[in-house]
Amino acid sequence: MGRERLVLVGNGMAGMRTLEELLVLAPDLYEITVFGAEPHGNYNRILLSPVLAGEKRLEEIMLNDEAWYAERGITLHKGREVTEIDRARRVVRAADGTEAPYDRLLLATGSLPVVIPVPGNDLEGVVTFRDIGDVERMIAAAGEGRHAVVIGGGLLGLEAAYGLLKRGMDVTVVHLLDRLMEKQLDGTAAAMLKRALEERGLKFLMEHETEAILGERRVEGVRFANGLEIPADLVVMAVGIRPNVELARRAGLHCERGVVVSDTMQTYDPRIYAVGECVQHRGVTYGLVAPLFEQAKVAANHLARIGTARYEGSLVSTKLKVTGIDLFSAGDYLGGEGTESLLLQDAAQGIYKKLVLRNSRIVGCVLYGDTLDGAWYFQLMRDGTDVSAMRAQLLFGQAHLGDAGHGEVERVAALPDDAEICGCNGVSKGEIVRAITEKGLFTLEEVRAHTKASSSCGSCTALVEALLAHTLGGDYEQSPAKKPMCPCTDYSHDEVRQAIRDNALKSIPEVMRFLEWKTPDGCSKCRPALNYYLVCQWPGEYRDDPQSRFINERAHANIQKDGTYSVVPRIWGGETTPAQLRAIAEVAERHQVPTVKITGGQRIDLLGVPKEKLPAIWADLAAAGFVSGHAYGKAVRTVKTCVGSQWCRFGTQDSTQMGIRLEKLAWGAWTPHKVKLGVSGCPRNCAEATIKDFGVVAVESGWEIHVGGNGGVKVRATDFLVHVRTMEEVEEYCAAFLQLYREEAHYLERTAPWIERVGLAYVRQRLVEDEEGRRALAARFRESQRHAQVDPWAERARGAEAHEFRPLKALTEEATA
Amino acid sequence: MSGAQAMRERAGESWIEVGRLEDIPRRGARVVKAPDGDIAVFRTADDEVYALRDRCPHRGGPLSQGIVHDRKVACPLHDWKIHLDSGEAVAPDEGCTATFPVRVEDGVVYLRLEPRGCEEG
Ligand code: SRM
Ligand SMILES: Cc1cc2nc3c(=O)[nH]c(=O)nc-3n(C[C@H](O)[C@H](O)[C@H](O)COP(=O)(O)OP(=O)(O)OC[C@H]3O[C@@H](n4cnc5c(N)ncnc54)[C@H](O)[C@@H]3O)c2cc1C
Ligand code: SF4
Ligand code: FES
Repeated sequence: MGRERLVLVGNGMAGMRTLEELLVLAPDLYEITVFGAEPHGNYNRILLSPVLAGEKRLEEIMLNDEAWYAERGITLHKGREVTEIDRARRVVRAADGTEAPYDRLLLATGSLPVVIPVPGNDLEGVVTFRDIGDVERMIAAAGEGRHAVVIGGGLLGLEAAYGLLKRGMDVTVVHLLDRLMEKQLDGTAAAMLKRALEERGLKFLMEHETEAILGERRVEGVRFANGLEIPADLVVMAVGIRPNVELARRAGLHCERGVVVSDTMQTYDPRIYAVGECVQHRGVTYGLVAPLFEQAKVAANHLARIGTARYEGSLVSTKLKVTGIDLFSAGDYLGGEGTESLLLQDAAQGIYKKLVLRNSRIVGCVLYGDTLDGAWYFQLMRDGTDVSAMRAQLLFGQAHLGDAGHGEVERVAALPDDAEICGCNGVSKGEIVRAITEKGLFTLEEVRAHTKASSSCGSCTALVEALLAHTLGGDYEQSPAKKPMCPCTDYSHDEVRQAIRDNALKSIPEVMRFLEWKTPDGCSKCRPALNYYLVCQWPGEYRDDPQSRFINERAHANIQKDGTYSVVPRIWGGETTPAQLRAIAEVAERHQVPTVKITGGQRIDLLGVPKEKLPAIWADLAAAGFVSGHAYGKAVRTVKTCVGSQWCRFGTQDSTQMGIRLEKLAWGAWTPHKVKLGVSGCPRNCAEATIKDFGVVAVESGWEIHVGGNGGVKVRATDFLVHVRTMEEVEEYCAAFLQLYREEAHYLERTAPWIERVGLAYVRQRLVEDEEGRRALAARFRESQRHAQVDPWAERARGAEAHEFRPLKALTEEATA
Repeated sequence: MSGAQAMRERAGESWIEVGRLEDIPRRGARVVKAPDGDIAVFRTADDEVYALRDRCPHRGGPLSQGIVHDRKVACPLHDWKIHLDSGEAVAPDEGCTATFPVRVEDGVVYLRLEPRGCEEG
């Protein structure tokens, strides 16, 4: 007994943020009960847009899962909607009868999406965009080529439309006015946005008023006031939100548009606090998280009985979360009487900037295409800074104030300490810099974990990365990430590699003993890494440890979701022959391979093979001259080529032969992560060489060598390394580059992040400037290849590692009876 | 082995011989194909032997194919870690997979087809 009882109604972003703040200030003050109408813990609602677009998974957006509540002794009633507040008895009651008494009550019921009152608005397939349930409904209805109609061309509508488009739907956005996002954008920016979205495939019906939604049981179409009818399999209403005040109103609390609160976030009943979108403060309601988080701070301060904080309203800025579109808007972006506008428009680069000034102070801002200075303008706006002195340079951004700017790092360097970097979580530059220096942070993930910056909508990620680069300076580029390899040790990847080299450690147990591993035999993270480091360091000498390899590399085939495997034979440079194709076809037929697929890497995948059958298939493939394609390994994968000068009317060199030569040179090598190569016959680059780890582009005078590309999760185009004349030179660079990467990258680091870590200048110095060093690297690669180029399939087809492919025992029915 | 052991055997609960300890790689596993589905028989670095239904509680991944460390196995599909002795997933993941009684005598591994610990589903 004794502790006061706090009840929270609505476990969304504002309410839960208040609890988090409160627990920091006064962890034990209350016995806390939380009611949430949704059947989940608390999640980051903002990120529903990327979830809809398939760019994030639901698990990734959870903020407080059930364990979080349990660990803090908080009672969570999820899936229970509170329907009554008995203020006299101080009890809340949920629809299912659950009751909870309170001493203090916090309302954070958010808002409700507006549904326009037209016939058919209750048909199946008509949804709003507010919670996980809505997103699940949309994903279920989405399908290649089906029609979606999104009503509302505001922030939410456009994010919904973009998400559905990414899911393959044919999407039409309907807007009542002639301008998208009219609450944030002026005509020019809105037109640029519309054009960019149209280029991506969205369709627009501007100035169209919805009259009816058509269909019997399910939605089939939409009719507009002008008589036009269009087909629809899904209709998303995104026309606005209204504060969810029903519960408060019924309890007799004073409400207008929202629940009216004072500067201490109290309602007219001083025991009852309210925060979030349901709230109306000084006549204003908010629909973005930044102001709600400010409210949460204030409410927590009072609930914790400190009682000093006051909420005085917020200025808000908006960003659109559509990948590849940068848009920022804040304040009075239209301007009017008594204001003047500064404009910068560069149609070719797709950049538009507008600053609205009143009395030499920024009062509004719209940025399109280049939003990096948004934080700075917003800061000047909040501070009411007189900008007359910098007026001439203002539009070119902060970096141009001093000398000529050098990109993002200089720009963040110039920001004052109290400039807000992360708008969602209200984290300033000073806080981030302090966290980086005091806590020794090196990565974006670490900054996210420690400061929450960049962990909500993610649009400030570039700024945070620039701050990291600026704060760590040279260190950021050169210093090894000081992170331990995994929880089994305190040593970093680099320290472990050095210990292996310097102390001639030649087995995993030796390394673990020498470096005093904290676990008896490591884990699934460090064992494969150690195995690789040893393979790389002691070619021909180290005896590979199959039990420390991930199953794919142990079985030399890719495990599939159903436990079967896939087989991808090597097809040198992607060039094949009728005889080879026939051999593959026969193998597939003979062994009843369920699926045969051309891969994205110019070769053929036999999918769905039971493990026991692998050696037999490999034996047949080997007989036809095939070797393993290593499609399963942290190893050299493919060398993609184009037809080049052999056939192509634009080809300048024989790119196919070049590719085959590179593949013969590099196949079989184990590497820190997978490695892909590409050779194109001319700068049209049909082999996509500039997103490969090692890419070669033929030109009239020879070959251009590019490195560090990646086409995966985070696309990165290559950096140009050097131009050479002959195929032999390309081979030497290739061998040297691969060896440098093999010797120095961390396990599971692809060439793209590796080069970003060590810097292109370093790679160029080791490979281009240091000719002797390059030769030595290439020689070490070739030496290592003497031992590595043994076809693992042929070995296994002949009986090696037989136990891997056979059950220990097959128990028949009678044996067990 | 103990008298109790022998008594249970006599009582008709059958231990089935499935192979030799040395047939299972240290820090590895082999599969026993049984009428109700595969069973993974693990051997740790210290030669302890455990048997689990060869299905990860997450999405059914074949645990026999995972990396074995300490008394745990990392599922090959999404890297959940499963305790070999209890069949429970290592927190924060939740779920469990059935265990089977195993013993080793004179280098021979015996198994009983009696799932324990978790609902088989
Ligand atoms: C089979 C294939 C898809 C297809 O049917 O075409 C494929 C299949 C897989 N890819 Fe891929 N990728 C395939 C081409 C690609 C390409 C295209 C290319 O190589 O030109 C890319 C982008 C290029 C790149 O890597 O930069 C690609 C980027 C990825 C990534 C992201 C890597 C990254 O750095 O971000 C992963 C995840 C990873 O490696 O961690 C991945 C992982 C996978 C895995 C291994 C997922 C897994 O762990 O099980 C899939 C294995 C399926 C299997 O068992 O065969 N796959 N994958 C392609 C095999 C090519 C080949 O002949 O070997
Ligand atoms: C798709 C989408 C994208 C967005 N993008 C951005 C963005 O980029 N930037 C930005 O700043 N903001 C964005 N927002 C807005 C932001 O998500 C909201 O401002 C914020 O979530 C509001 O927080 P809240 O706690 O007030 O309400 P909510 O997060 O909605 O939480 C309220 C919760 O209370 C529950 N509840 C309501 N009534 C009851 C009851 N009687 N009993 C029990 N539980 C109840 C609700 O089910 C809900 O879970 C976006 C919103 C959406 C939907
Ligand atoms: S093959 Fe590649 S892109 Fe396709 S589902 Fe698997 S990992 Fe994803
Ligand atoms: S199936 Fe085992 S981790 Fe997913």
